[in-house]
Amino acid sequence: MLLNQLIKELITKMGDDELIIGHRNSEWTGLGPIMEEDIAFSSMAQDKIGHSWALYRILHEELGGEDPDQFAFMRSEKEFKCCHLTEMPIGSYDFSLMRHFLFDHAETVRYNSMLQSSFLPLQQLARKVRGELKYHTLHADAWIIQLCRAGEESYLKMQTALDNCFQLACGIFEAGPDDKLLADEKVYPGEEALYGQWIENIYPVLVKASLNVPERKEPVYGGRYGKHTAYLQPLLNEMGEVFRLNPEATW
Amino acid sequence: MNDSLDPRINRLKLNKTDDPCKVEEGENWNVFEVFHQEKRGAHHEHVGCVHAPDAGLALVFAKEQFGRRKKCVNLWVVRSADILAFDVEDEDMFANNLEKTYRDASGFKVMEKINKFKAQAKPANDK
Repeated sequence: MLLNQLIKELITKMGDDELIIGHRNSEWTGLGPIMEEDIAFSSMAQDKIGHSWALYRILHEELGGEDPDQFAFMRSEKEFKCCHLTEMPIGSYDFSLMRHFLFDHAETVRYNSMLQSSFLPLQQLARKVRGELKYHTLHADAWIIQLCRAGEESYLKMQTALDNCFQLACGIFEAGPDDKLLADEKVYPGEEALYGQWIENIYPVLVKASLNVPERKEPVYGGRYGKHTAYLQPLLNEMGEVFRLNPEATW
Repeated sequence: MNDSLDPRINRLKLNKTDDPCKVEEGENWNVFEVFHQEKRGAHHEHVGCVHAPDAGLALVFAKEQFGRRKKCVNLWVVRSADILAFDVEDEDMFANNLEKTYRDASGFKVMEKINKFKAQAKPANDK
Protein backbone atom coordinates (compact mmCIF):
# COMPACT_ATOMS: atom_id res chain seq x y z
CA MET A 1 0.00 0.00 0.00
CA LEU A 2 1.24 3.48 -0.80
CA LEU A 3 2.46 5.62 2.07
CA ASN A 4 -0.14 8.31 1.36
CA GLN A 5 -2.93 5.75 1.51
CA LEU A 6 -1.60 4.49 4.86
CA ILE A 7 -1.48 8.03 6.25
CA LYS A 8 -5.07 8.52 5.07
CA GLU A 9 -6.18 5.39 6.90
CA LEU A 10 -4.33 6.46 10.03
CA ILE A 11 -5.93 9.90 10.06
CA THR A 12 -9.36 8.49 9.25
CA LYS A 13 -9.35 6.12 12.20
CA MET A 14 -8.06 8.86 14.51
CA GLY A 15 -10.71 11.31 13.31
CA ASP A 16 -13.50 8.74 13.53
CA ASP A 17 -12.54 7.81 17.09
CA GLU A 18 -12.65 11.48 18.06
CA LEU A 19 -15.96 12.17 16.32
CA ILE A 20 -17.76 9.16 17.75
CA ILE A 21 -16.50 9.48 21.32
CA GLY A 22 -17.13 13.23 21.12
CA HIS A 23 -20.72 12.52 20.13
CA ARG A 24 -21.13 9.88 22.83
CA ASN A 25 -19.70 12.09 25.59
CA SER A 26 -21.88 14.98 24.49
CA GLU A 27 -24.89 12.78 25.25
CA TRP A 28 -24.14 13.58 28.90
CA THR A 29 -24.77 17.29 28.37
CA GLY A 30 -27.51 18.31 30.78
CA LEU A 31 -27.38 14.92 32.53
CA GLY A 32 -23.98 15.13 34.23
CA PRO A 33 -23.81 14.25 37.93
CA ILE A 34 -23.24 17.87 38.96
CA MET A 35 -23.25 21.13 37.07
CA GLU A 36 -19.49 21.70 37.22
CA GLU A 37 -18.79 18.25 35.84
CA ASP A 38 -21.52 18.59 33.23
CA ILE A 39 -19.79 21.69 31.89
CA ALA A 40 -16.31 20.15 31.98
CA PHE A 41 -17.37 16.91 30.30
CA SER A 42 -19.39 18.69 27.61
CA SER A 43 -16.54 21.05 26.92
CA MET A 44 -14.12 18.16 26.46
CA ALA A 45 -16.62 16.42 24.17
CA GLN A 46 -16.57 19.56 22.03
CA ASP A 47 -12.77 19.41 22.02
CA LYS A 48 -12.96 15.88 20.63
CA ILE A 49 -15.24 16.94 17.81
CA GLY A 50 -12.84 19.81 17.16
CA HIS A 51 -9.99 17.31 16.87
CA SER A 52 -11.95 15.20 14.40
CA TRP A 53 -12.67 18.29 12.32
CA ALA A 54 -8.97 19.19 12.30
CA LEU A 55 -8.06 15.66 11.18
CA TYR A 56 -10.74 15.57 8.45
CA ARG A 57 -9.44 18.91 7.27
CA ILE A 58 -5.95 17.46 6.90
CA LEU A 59 -7.48 14.68 4.78
CA HIS A 60 -9.33 17.26 2.71
CA GLU A 61 -6.56 19.81 2.28
CA GLU A 62 -3.43 17.67 2.18
CA LEU A 63 -4.54 14.28 0.90
CA GLY A 64 -7.31 15.00 -1.60
CA GLY A 65 -10.14 13.86 0.68
CA GLU A 66 -13.74 15.01 0.78
CA ASP A 67 -15.16 18.07 2.46
CA PRO A 68 -15.01 17.45 6.25
CA ASP A 69 -18.76 17.79 6.81
CA GLN A 70 -19.60 15.41 3.97
CA PHE A 71 -16.96 13.03 5.23
CA ALA A 72 -18.34 13.13 8.78
CA PHE A 73 -22.03 12.86 8.04
CA MET A 74 -22.52 11.12 4.69
CA ARG A 75 -20.35 8.01 4.95
CA SER A 76 -21.84 4.57 5.48
CA GLU A 77 -21.19 2.60 8.66
CA LYS A 78 -18.64 0.34 6.93
CA GLU A 79 -16.56 3.33 5.91
CA PHE A 80 -16.10 4.36 9.55
CA LYS A 81 -12.87 3.19 11.18
CA CYS A 82 -13.55 3.98 14.82
CA CYS A 83 -12.81 1.34 17.46
CA HIS A 84 -15.63 -0.34 19.37
CA LEU A 85 -14.76 1.42 22.64
CA THR A 86 -15.98 4.73 21.21
CA GLU A 87 -19.24 3.27 19.90
CA MET A 88 -20.54 1.82 23.14
CA PRO A 89 -23.57 3.58 24.67
CA ILE A 90 -22.77 5.94 27.54
CA GLY A 91 -24.06 3.52 30.18
CA SER A 92 -23.66 4.92 33.66
CA TYR A 93 -21.17 7.57 34.66
CA ASP A 94 -18.57 5.09 35.94
CA PHE A 95 -18.38 3.50 32.49
CA SER A 96 -18.22 6.84 30.66
CA LEU A 97 -15.54 8.16 33.00
CA MET A 98 -13.43 5.04 32.67
CA ARG A 99 -13.75 5.15 28.89
CA HIS A 100 -12.77 8.82 28.98
CA PHE A 101 -9.73 7.96 31.13
CA LEU A 102 -8.54 5.07 28.94
CA PHE A 103 -9.27 6.81 25.64
CA ASP A 104 -7.73 10.15 26.50
CA HIS A 105 -4.51 8.60 27.73
CA ALA A 106 -4.35 6.64 24.48
CA GLU A 107 -5.03 9.81 22.51
CA THR A 108 -2.29 11.63 24.43
CA VAL A 109 0.24 8.88 23.71
CA ARG A 110 -0.73 8.96 20.03
CA TYR A 111 -0.41 12.72 19.59
CA ASN A 112 2.78 12.84 21.65
CA SER A 113 4.30 10.24 19.34
CA MET A 114 3.46 12.56 16.44
CA LEU A 115 5.30 15.58 17.83
CA GLN A 116 8.20 14.37 15.72
CA SER A 117 6.13 13.00 12.82
CA SER A 118 7.62 13.25 9.35
CA PHE A 119 4.11 14.15 8.16
CA LEU A 120 4.09 17.84 9.05
CA PRO A 121 0.32 18.48 9.31
CA LEU A 122 0.10 15.79 12.01
CA GLN A 123 3.12 17.21 13.78
CA GLN A 124 1.50 20.65 13.85
CA LEU A 125 -1.82 19.30 15.08
CA ALA A 126 -0.07 17.30 17.80
CA ARG A 127 1.52 20.49 19.07
CA LYS A 128 -1.77 22.34 18.94
CA VAL A 129 -3.82 19.84 20.96
CA ARG A 130 -1.16 19.10 23.58
CA GLY A 131 -2.48 21.58 26.15
CA GLU A 132 -6.07 20.42 25.73
CA LEU A 133 -5.12 16.80 26.22
CA LYS A 134 -3.11 17.66 29.30
CA TYR A 135 -6.33 18.97 30.82
CA HIS A 136 -8.37 15.98 29.67
CA THR A 137 -6.05 13.48 31.36
CA LEU A 138 -5.73 15.65 34.46
CA HIS A 139 -9.52 15.65 34.72
CA ALA A 140 -9.75 11.90 34.12
CA ASP A 141 -6.98 11.04 36.61
CA ALA A 142 -8.50 13.23 39.32
CA TRP A 143 -11.90 11.56 38.96
CA ILE A 144 -10.59 8.00 38.83
CA ILE A 145 -8.53 8.47 41.99
CA GLN A 146 -11.31 10.36 43.75
CA LEU A 147 -13.97 7.75 43.05
CA CYS A 148 -11.72 4.81 43.89
CA ARG A 149 -11.11 6.31 47.32
CA ALA A 150 -14.74 7.14 48.00
CA GLY A 151 -15.81 3.95 49.75
CA GLU A 152 -16.37 0.33 48.83
CA GLU A 153 -19.42 0.75 46.60
CA SER A 154 -17.71 3.44 44.58
CA TYR A 155 -14.46 1.47 44.34
CA LEU A 156 -16.25 -1.68 43.15
CA LYS A 157 -18.09 0.28 40.49
CA MET A 158 -14.82 1.66 39.17
CA GLN A 159 -13.15 -1.77 39.13
CA THR A 160 -16.17 -3.17 37.24
CA ALA A 161 -16.00 -0.26 34.81
CA LEU A 162 -12.31 -0.94 34.21
CA ASP A 163 -12.99 -4.65 33.65
CA ASN A 164 -15.77 -3.78 31.18
CA CYS A 165 -13.70 -1.19 29.31
CA PHE A 166 -10.26 -2.72 29.21
CA GLN A 167 -10.48 -5.20 26.32
CA LEU A 168 -12.43 -2.60 24.36
CA ALA A 169 -9.72 -0.04 25.06
CA CYS A 170 -7.05 -2.48 23.87
CA GLY A 171 -8.97 -2.40 20.57
CA ILE A 172 -7.79 1.20 20.11
CA PHE A 173 -4.42 -0.32 19.25
CA GLU A 174 -5.58 -2.72 16.52
CA ALA A 175 -2.72 -2.91 14.03
CA GLY A 176 -3.13 -1.09 10.73
CA PRO A 177 -2.43 -2.70 7.33
CA ASP A 178 1.26 -1.71 7.41
CA ASP A 179 2.31 -0.01 10.64
CA LYS A 180 5.92 -0.98 9.95
CA LEU A 181 6.10 1.21 6.87
CA LEU A 182 4.55 4.14 8.79
CA ALA A 183 7.11 3.60 11.55
CA ASP A 184 10.01 3.29 9.08
CA GLU A 185 8.87 6.51 7.42
CA LYS A 186 8.67 8.13 10.88
CA VAL A 187 5.00 9.08 10.53
CA TYR A 188 4.28 7.48 13.92
CA PRO A 189 5.73 4.51 15.80
CA GLY A 190 2.87 2.07 15.11
CA GLU A 191 0.08 0.69 17.28
CA GLU A 192 2.07 -1.81 19.35
CA ALA A 193 4.55 0.86 20.46
CA LEU A 194 1.65 3.16 21.42
CA TYR A 195 0.04 0.34 23.40
CA GLY A 196 3.24 -0.15 25.42
CA GLN A 197 3.51 3.54 26.21
CA TRP A 198 -0.19 3.72 27.08
CA ILE A 199 0.09 0.90 29.64
CA GLU A 200 3.13 2.62 31.09
CA ASN A 201 1.19 5.89 31.48
CA ILE A 202 -2.08 4.55 32.89
CA TYR A 203 -0.46 2.05 35.25
CA PRO A 204 0.70 4.51 37.94
CA VAL A 205 -2.74 6.15 38.07
CA LEU A 206 -4.52 2.81 38.34
CA VAL A 207 -2.10 1.73 41.08
CA LYS A 208 -2.76 4.97 42.95
CA ALA A 209 -6.46 4.19 42.65
CA SER A 210 -5.78 0.61 43.89
CA LEU A 211 -7.42 -0.84 40.77
CA ASN A 212 -6.39 -4.21 39.36
CA VAL A 213 -5.27 -3.89 35.77
CA PRO A 214 -6.68 -6.72 33.63
CA GLU A 215 -4.48 -8.51 31.13
CA ARG A 216 -4.81 -7.99 27.41
CA LYS A 217 -6.52 -11.29 26.68
CA GLU A 218 -9.19 -10.68 24.07
CA PRO A 219 -8.77 -7.19 22.68
CA VAL A 220 -11.87 -6.12 20.79
CA TYR A 221 -10.76 -5.65 17.20
CA GLY A 222 -12.64 -5.06 13.96
CA GLY A 223 -13.47 -1.36 14.09
CA ARG A 224 -10.38 -0.34 12.11
CA TYR A 225 -11.56 -2.55 9.23
CA GLY A 226 -15.16 -1.36 9.17
CA LYS A 227 -16.70 -4.03 11.39
CA HIS A 228 -18.78 -2.38 14.06
CA THR A 229 -21.13 -3.05 16.95
CA ALA A 230 -24.88 -2.68 16.55
CA TYR A 231 -24.59 0.63 18.41
CA LEU A 232 -22.81 2.59 15.70
CA GLN A 233 -25.50 2.75 13.01
CA PRO A 234 -28.16 4.33 15.26
CA LEU A 235 -25.56 6.87 16.41
CA LEU A 236 -24.70 7.76 12.80
CA ASN A 237 -28.40 8.09 11.97
CA GLU A 238 -28.91 10.52 14.80
CA MET A 239 -25.69 12.45 14.30
CA GLY A 240 -26.27 13.07 10.58
CA GLU A 241 -30.04 13.46 10.69
CA VAL A 242 -30.16 17.22 10.31
CA PHE A 243 -27.20 17.42 7.94
CA ARG A 244 -28.76 14.93 5.54
CA LEU A 245 -31.97 16.96 5.26
CA ASN A 246 -29.98 19.12 2.89
CA PRO A 247 -26.34 18.14 2.44
CA GLU A 248 -25.72 21.21 0.25
CA ALA A 249 -26.87 23.73 2.84
CA THR A 250 -24.33 26.17 4.21
CA TRP A 251 -24.14 26.63 7.97
CA MET B 1 -15.72 21.27 61.42
CA ASN B 2 -17.55 24.42 60.51
CA ASP B 3 -21.26 24.69 61.09
CA SER B 4 -21.60 25.38 57.42
CA LEU B 5 -19.25 24.90 54.52
CA ASP B 6 -20.09 28.35 53.25
CA PRO B 7 -18.89 31.28 55.36
CA ARG B 8 -21.68 33.47 54.04
CA ILE B 9 -24.26 31.22 55.62
CA ASN B 10 -22.50 31.43 58.98
CA ARG B 11 -22.69 35.18 58.79
CA LEU B 12 -26.42 35.16 58.29
CA LYS B 13 -26.78 33.08 61.45
CA LEU B 14 -29.08 30.59 59.77
CA ASN B 15 -27.79 27.91 62.12
CA LYS B 16 -29.10 29.63 65.21
CA THR B 17 -32.07 27.38 65.78
CA ASP B 18 -32.73 24.80 68.46
CA ASP B 19 -32.33 22.02 65.96
CA PRO B 20 -29.12 22.80 64.06
CA CYS B 21 -28.60 21.40 60.61
CA LYS B 22 -25.46 19.29 60.88
CA VAL B 23 -23.23 18.69 57.90
CA GLU B 24 -21.31 15.46 58.30
CA GLU B 25 -17.78 15.14 56.95
CA GLY B 26 -17.93 13.93 53.36
CA GLU B 27 -21.69 14.37 53.15
CA ASN B 28 -21.49 17.61 51.28
CA TRP B 29 -18.99 18.98 48.84
CA ASN B 30 -17.05 22.11 49.65
CA VAL B 31 -17.48 25.45 48.00
CA PHE B 32 -14.32 26.90 46.51
CA GLU B 33 -13.85 30.51 45.45
CA VAL B 34 -12.17 30.88 42.07
CA PHE B 35 -9.66 33.57 41.12
CA HIS B 36 -8.76 34.16 37.50
CA GLN B 37 -5.43 35.48 36.22
CA GLU B 38 -5.53 37.03 32.79
CA LYS B 39 -1.80 37.38 32.17
CA ARG B 40 1.36 36.49 34.00
CA GLY B 41 2.10 38.94 36.78
CA ALA B 42 -1.46 40.29 36.84
CA HIS B 43 -3.66 40.09 39.94
CA HIS B 44 -5.87 37.08 40.37
CA GLU B 45 -9.43 38.36 40.26
CA HIS B 46 -12.39 36.70 41.92
CA VAL B 47 -14.79 35.34 39.31
CA GLY B 48 -17.13 32.99 41.17
CA CYS B 49 -17.19 29.63 42.87
CA VAL B 50 -17.41 25.91 42.20
CA HIS B 51 -18.49 22.89 44.25
CA ALA B 52 -15.94 20.11 44.55
CA PRO B 53 -14.89 17.36 46.93
CA ASP B 54 -11.34 18.69 47.20
CA ALA B 55 -9.07 21.48 46.01
CA GLY B 56 -7.67 19.41 43.14
CA LEU B 57 -11.03 18.73 41.54
CA ALA B 58 -12.09 22.31 42.29
CA LEU B 59 -9.24 23.49 40.09
CA VAL B 60 -10.19 20.95 37.40
CA PHE B 61 -13.77 22.25 37.41
CA ALA B 62 -12.74 25.89 37.61
CA LYS B 63 -10.67 25.52 34.47
CA GLU B 64 -13.73 24.73 32.35
CA GLN B 65 -16.13 27.03 34.25
CA PHE B 66 -14.00 30.13 34.26
CA GLY B 67 -10.97 29.52 32.06
CA ARG B 68 -12.41 28.29 28.80
CA ARG B 69 -13.50 31.51 27.13
CA LYS B 70 -11.48 34.66 27.67
CA LYS B 71 -7.73 34.75 28.07
CA CYS B 72 -6.46 32.92 31.11
CA VAL B 73 -3.00 31.86 32.21
CA ASN B 74 -3.71 30.54 35.69
CA LEU B 75 -6.40 30.08 38.32
CA TRP B 76 -6.48 29.91 42.10
CA VAL B 77 -9.03 28.09 44.19
CA VAL B 78 -9.53 28.71 47.88
CA ARG B 79 -11.97 26.87 50.12
CA SER B 80 -14.69 29.42 50.86
CA ALA B 81 -14.67 28.38 54.52
CA ASP B 82 -11.01 29.42 54.75
CA ILE B 83 -11.86 33.01 53.89
CA LEU B 84 -12.15 35.31 56.87
CA ALA B 85 -14.55 38.20 56.43
CA PHE B 86 -16.05 40.89 58.65
CA ASP B 87 -19.55 40.49 59.89
CA VAL B 88 -22.22 42.43 58.08
CA GLU B 89 -23.04 44.43 61.22
CA ASP B 90 -19.41 45.61 61.38
CA GLU B 91 -19.87 47.50 58.15
CA ASP B 92 -19.99 50.69 60.27
CA MET B 93 -16.20 50.49 60.53
CA PHE B 94 -16.12 51.73 56.95
CA ALA B 95 -19.01 54.17 57.24
CA ASN B 96 -17.05 57.40 57.53
CA ASN B 97 -14.70 56.69 54.64
CA LEU B 98 -16.57 59.01 52.32
CA GLU B 99 -16.08 61.94 54.69
CA LYS B 100 -12.32 61.48 54.89
CA THR B 101 -11.73 62.98 51.50
CA TYR B 102 -8.23 64.02 52.53
CA ARG B 103 -7.38 60.33 52.10
CA ASP B 104 -8.57 60.25 48.50
CA ALA B 105 -5.94 60.40 45.83
CA SER B 106 -8.44 62.60 44.01
CA GLY B 107 -7.89 65.23 46.73
CA PHE B 108 -4.65 66.24 45.06
CA LYS B 109 -5.50 69.08 42.72
CA VAL B 110 -3.04 68.60 39.94
CA MET B 111 -5.17 69.28 36.86
CA GLU B 112 -4.75 73.05 37.27
CA LYS B 113 -0.98 72.67 37.31
CA ILE B 114 -1.07 70.33 34.33
CA ASN B 115 -3.27 72.71 32.33
CA LYS B 116 -1.04 75.63 33.23
CA PHE B 117 2.00 73.69 32.11
CA LYS B 118 0.29 72.72 28.83
CA ALA B 119 -0.65 76.32 28.19
CA GLN B 120 2.97 77.34 28.70
CA ALA B 121 4.35 74.55 26.57
CA LYS B 122 2.03 75.17 23.62
CA PRO B 123 3.40 78.46 22.30
CA ALA B 124 6.88 76.98 22.52
CA ASN B 125 5.84 74.12 20.21
CA ASP B 126 4.22 76.51 17.74
CA LYS B 127 7.44 78.34 17.05
